[in-house]
Amino acid sequence: MDTDTLAETLPAGLTPEDLKAGGIIPQRQNDKVVIRCMAPGGRITAARLHKIAEVAEKYGSGEVHLSVRMSPEILYVSLQDYPLVKEELAKVGQEIASCGKRVRVPTACGGCEYNPNGLVDTQGLALEFNRRYFGQDHYHKFKTAFSGCPIDCTRARESDLGFQGQVEPELVAEACSGCELCAEICPERALTMVAGLPVRDVERCLLCGDCLKICPNDALVAGRTGVAVYVGGKHGRHPHVAYPVAELVPEGEIFPVAEAVMAWYRENGRPGERIGLTVDRVGIDRLRRVLKPLIGPHLLQQHHIRRQRWRSVFWAGAADAFPHYGEV
Amino acid sequence: MATGTIHEVLDIRQDTCPITFVKTKLKLEQMQAGEVLEVLLTGGEPLQNVPRSVKAEGHRIFKVENLGDNQYRLLIECGISRE
Ligand code: SF4
Ligand code: SF4
Ligand code: SF4
Repeated sequence: MDTDTLAETLPAGLTPEDLKAGGIIPQRQNDKVVIRCMAPGGRITAARLHKIAEVAEKYGSGEVHLSVRMSPEILYVSLQDYPLVKEELAKVGQEIASCGKRVRVPTACGGCEYNPNGLVDTQGLALEFNRRYFGQDHYHKFKTAFSGCPIDCTRARESDLGFQGQVEPELVAEACSGCELCAEICPERALTMVAGLPVRDVERCLLCGDCLKICPNDALVAGRTGVAVYVGGKHGRHPHVAYPVAELVPEGEIFPVAEAVMAWYRENGRPGERIGLTVDRVGIDRLRRVLKPLIGPHLLQQHHIRRQRWRSVFWAGAADAFPHYGEV
Repeated sequence: MATGTIHEVLDIRQDTCPITFVKTKLKLEQMQAGEVLEVLLTGGEPLQNVPRSVKAEGHRIFKVENLGDNQYRLLIECGISRE
């Protein structure tokens, strides 16, 4: 059904856009809709999962689809049953997610809570982000992702706003036995043994923390810890790789940064334009200037993004395509 | 503290993850605190994962030797005795 036909069947005062805000997506089949359930970070209690299953059997086709951004979607629900479905789900605190031009439910990996690679509490951050900003209107959809480490399983670099856990290893020379294990396993070949001690090449190091997790003597310890910030990524018809904006931003600055980025988008964006295209049009330096008072020392400069490490996280062509990062 | 005596030897050079660190973990669980396990393994994934999980389990790696040809030798002091 196209949206015009749908509009005719709706109760007075309800537009397809309203429906979308409520996470109801018209199906191809007449009068059937998909109900998208909210699951920030893809995590959900067993009680809610049971309820979703129950509702799918009672009101839908008995099937649930997991959306590509981690939301369980109940299929083949009749539009007139929507109020009942909503009420049923609310009994266990299961809310409905969003679609359309607004802040979507954030995705997140397991992060440091249970994933051995995780460096930040991605699950906690996703929940809190959702509590603060879910459903806010924008010029276009606004997707956020939290990855626990630079392996970036949730694809922060393909999100409108993406965060990635990072840690800077620090050497406690007295504790080092010179075993060379860290240098052997560094996936970026960023550590070289010099006079029996590992020396880190900041041009190559991806701040992944593998070396400090492996060091048998705890001679490598966590120094500055935080997140890399990416803005303007998306997939879709015209994929757009995100701009790397900052690194090692302390966890406490994540929400101020998110708010500043969204405020900047409201001020500079145009209807129907994703934030990445706004940055292309207006210039990355305008956004960097707005972020400077918040996270000045963490902002990436031209010499950073020309480093091997930033080149290595994008394919060479994309790294070359970044505009010049000016003085801000 | 390890005295130079090696109590057990484990060769996981033919194994792939996660068998590599499962075998290592099981072997260490059969040993007494303070005993030494020698592990022979290859570079790449086994070297990335085995020492890390050994450390997380509370044992102590006190020697890493690069044998060349992508082969390594670890000496591990068992940290936990299970009665
Ligand atoms: S991004 Fe890192 S922490 Fe998150 S799931 Fe992937 S490897 Fe684990
Ligand atoms: S943090 Fe990661 S990339 Fe950097 S030196 Fe350690 S292992 Fe290598
Ligand atoms: S792994 Fe630890 S002890 Fe071994 S060389 Fe590296 S820093 Fe030193």
